[in-house]
Amino acid sequence: MDLRDTPEEATFRAALRAWLEENLPAGLQGHRGGATRFDGPEMREWSRALYDAGYVGLTWPEEYGGGSAPYTHQAIFLEEMARAEAPPHIGVIGIGMAGPTIIAHGTEEQKARYLQPLLSAEEIWCQGFSEPGAGSDLAGVRTSSTLDDGHFVVNGQKVWSSFAHIADFCILLTRSDPDSSRHAGLTYLIVDMHAPGVEVRPLRQITGEAEFNEIFFSDVRVPAKNLLGEVGGGWQVAMTTLLHERGTLGFALQAQLEVQIRKLVALARDRGADPLQRDRIAREWIEMQAVRYTNYRSLSALMKTGMPGPEGSISKLVWSEANQRVTKLALEILGPDSALGEENAPYGGYWQYQQLRSRGNTIEAGTSEVLRNIVAERVLGLPYSR
Amino acid sequence: MDFTFTPEQDALREQAREFLTATPEPTWAQLAELGWTGVSIAEEDGGAGLTFVEEAVLFEELGRALYHGPYFATMGLTLPALPADLRAEVATGETSWTLALGPLVPDLDTAERVAIVGGDGIYELEGGEREILATTDSSRPLGVVRGGAPGRRLADSGVLAEIESRSQTALALEASGVARLALEDAIEYASSREQFGKKIGVYQAVSHPLADSYTRVELSRSLALWAAWCVATGDPQAAIAASAAKAYAGESAVWVCETAIQSLGGIGFTWEHRLHRLYKRALAIESFGPSGTRLRAEIAASLLSTDGVSSESPEPVSIAQGG
Repeated sequence: MDLRDTPEEATFRAALRAWLEENLPAGLQGHRGGATRFDGPEMREWSRALYDAGYVGLTWPEEYGGGSAPYTHQAIFLEEMARAEAPPHIGVIGIGMAGPTIIAHGTEEQKARYLQPLLSAEEIWCQGFSEPGAGSDLAGVRTSSTLDDGHFVVNGQKVWSSFAHIADFCILLTRSDPDSSRHAGLTYLIVDMHAPGVEVRPLRQITGEAEFNEIFFSDVRVPAKNLLGEVGGGWQVAMTTLLHERGTLGFALQAQLEVQIRKLVALARDRGADPLQRDRIAREWIEMQAVRYTNYRSLSALMKTGMPGPEGSISKLVWSEANQRVTKLALEILGPDSALGEENAPYGGYWQYQQLRSRGNTIEAGTSEVLRNIVAERVLGLPYSR
Repeated sequence: MDFTFTPEQDALREQAREFLTATPEPTWAQLAELGWTGVSIAEEDGGAGLTFVEEAVLFEELGRALYHGPYFATMGLTLPALPADLRAEVATGETSWTLALGPLVPDLDTAERVAIVGGDGIYELEGGEREILATTDSSRPLGVVRGGAPGRRLADSGVLAEIESRSQTALALEASGVARLALEDAIEYASSREQFGKKIGVYQAVSHPLADSYTRVELSRSLALWAAWCVATGDPQAAIAASAAKAYAGESAVWVCETAIQSLGGIGFTWEHRLHRLYKRALAIESFGPSGTRLRAEIAASLLSTDGVSSESPEPVSIAQGG
């Protein structure tokens, strides 16, 4: 047990910190979320800079353009990025979800075609899993794919898709067997977002911004070679994707929470906080530290055994609820001023935006209800509720 | 960065679990024979020359076993105040200690010698009369000492800061052990007890509070082990880590026990099941020393007094979402 960076990790961290200081454009630091977030060329340039510096795909095998680095480097990267308030690489869906899924289930041709442009931000990916009728219960997917003359013909609707409005490709979960139900009969496809019949509509959310999109597919023809895994084997492929969605988040989330609490402390210093509010600030700081060291434990287990420790499964659950409490507490400290909107609000409306946005934290990437089921059933071994 | 135990530390945990299961009420001599009373004492003073991390493993297991004896009072409280010759006597099991930090002294029924704080030093108490008090938790009796006089001067009171970090961390570790066993009991019950034709663990009204208990147990453990590592290495964060661990783990152990009692229903409320003993120990741990509220007030004071980043800068990036 040694909680310090090894000399080698410290060198990596120091170099990264210096690189961020030098290369993160001032205009992108703390980049505001929302519809405008990824549309301009500056985010692509930033992502490309990260790639050229060797910080993208750190843990991926070298043969696919990665760095073959240990997981600790990825953890340090996510920590330092969040602390510098640097926006992530624009290809988060590609790097975090599509890429690992292609590495696990793709053909050699698919790996050669898709992986490198995804890392270098030349091609952007989005995810087409959730549907109006299939949210937490993903096995209810109804978007259909029918084989016709070497193509899958896709029809249906997907929802909650970040980046879809700028994406080049979509990882799409479809039902290829119309007579199947639940986990059988699903097929996982790579879909060209520029193909005829793909329509993207922005979805305005509680903050007033449109981070997410709906995607409509009308007779979209997808070449059969874009199949990922087997026809009817889509569920297993999708589980790989979700494992990676939840598996790589912990460190970034903890570091974001650390930044959020730093800002909360600054706010309390600025505006004053009564003893009860100070008690709550201390509670949040303590829990943030607890999440940090829980992540460390999970990562250490991963490094030693190749499997993340079960305790890692709670990071997102704890983070999401903490972020909701922290942002609410900030509004309470702001007092009546918290009712003011964007241009009239103190600190540029930062806390008002954050508080509203935080309501999505317990819904996106696995609702808290689903995550508690996962802990109860898979970690604690309680009987399955379904 | 490595936050795993060594194979030797894992073996120590296994040994402790087995021994305490077979010997629920071990004597001080038995603990000495196992080498537990000399774990972090230097080899030249007759100890094993290991660190507080190894002791941390034992504190967690002793908490789980609801151990009754002077291990916490000696190793968690008094040890930093003891000079080399007295440490050697602890390592051999010749003697055990407790320290009177306040009027209520822990493990006064089993600790052989008593240290007191007076002025700028810590002294051995000579003479004096002990009275063991009735306590809700019978696994760690409290007592008062009356009369007596300061004898040998053991240490400068400057050592109290280390004593505070050590003792709070030890209690957080005990709390983490108590909470885990309570959670295990609740899981076992919810996996076997049937009502309305189903195992009650199927119902999310039962399973979700247990998932939250698991979260609390793991977060407690992470804080306690962080604090233990800080204490072991003399890290400057030891004091704040120990406060954080004690405040969080103490409160959480109580909460986890309460959730377990509710999960077991009637049986959890009786003396037929051991839960009530775990619960009472958790309450005793929480009540010992500065309250969680007080510890958090200190943490808030230290956070709010130091210079940080301006709140004027806009947001950190938000979580990316698929679809």
